[in-house]
Amino acid sequence: MSLTTRLTLDAVRPGDVLPELRYDVTATTVVIGALATRDTRPMHHDHDFAVNRNGTRDIFLNTPNQAAWFERYLTDWSGPTGRLGRMKFRMKGSVFPGDTMVLSGTVEQVGTDDVGSGWVSVLVSLTVDGDLKTDCTARIALPVDDNDNPWKRHGDQWKP
Amino acid sequence: MTTIPPAVEKLIGQVQYEETGEFPVERGYVWTSCASVENGNPLFWDDAVADAITGGPIAPPTMLSVWFRPHHWAPGRTQQALPLQVHFDLKELFGLPEAIMSDNTIVFYEPVRPGDLLRTRQVLRSVSEPKTTKLGTGRFWVIEVEYLNQRDELVGIESYTGFGYKRGEA
Repeated sequence: MSLTTRLTLDAVRPGDVLPELRYDVTATTVVIGALATRDTRPMHHDHDFAVNRNGTRDIFLNTPNQAAWFERYLTDWSGPTGRLGRMKFRMKGSVFPGDTMVLSGTVEQVGTDDVGSGWVSVLVSLTVDGDLKTDCTARIALPVDDNDNPWKRHGDQWKP
Repeated sequence: MTTIPPAVEKLIGQVQYEETGEFPVERGYVWTSCASVENGNPLFWDDAVADAITGGPIAPPTMLSVWFRPHHWAPGRTQQALPLQVHFDLKELFGLPEAIMSDNTIVFYEPVRPGDLLRTRQVLRSVSEPKTTKLGTGRFWVIEVEYLNQRDELVGIESYTGFGYKRGEA
């Protein structure tokens, strides 16, 4: 994201495809993600626990860190004036060290609400080797024009 | 006929574990979080941008749950405090030693700012009948966590779907 990125609603259409993000996940990715989210559960740092207690292949990315990845992906696209309103995601499989995760996104809906806030719904997929690991539906507010700023909306002017 | 025990059924819809965070929102953790996912959003790194757009620094919205996770250890604490205690209570009540989170919905309201001290409350919304997945046999449950700041402004609502299970029964 450039410091000047400032995506406005009129520049977005349903069907638009967001730039792909590829990232090679390592044990460090998983552990620093758990640390950053203050998650000390052992399946996110202890290989033996993950394999022999949880029955998974290895330690794996935790839920709140995946949320952080989705946020980063979306705001890389929108720029800092994009404001997340809602995010729903479903984990279908785990992301392990050694995986190359790929985040891709498609705009599903574009519109304004009854207080004039501009909203975009984006379907984001996190895949590894083409297998869907997590899907995420996000609703993100974008400025409707150069004078608008979704972050200035509060109370009943903010309808996420 | 339901197989949900009355002790669990009476918890559904009840507000539990109203808690205040153990520390105020702080920028060190904001930067740790951004670094973990290589998030270069200038809102979190450049005060001039934050001043212009959000009226000063804020935390990444998806950090909500970070601010209510208890310290791993604290003086005088005899048992490890657990985040999302309702989830662990259900594991105990059903005798399900393992658990994962499958779905997560977060709705964001007022921005969270450095210095904020958040309060949370947990509500069990539903518990399923026994289900068998590739992980094992257990139950799904939905827990909602509401987050408010020190001015009683709603900053977010998070909904988790957990699956508690026993291995080897798939």
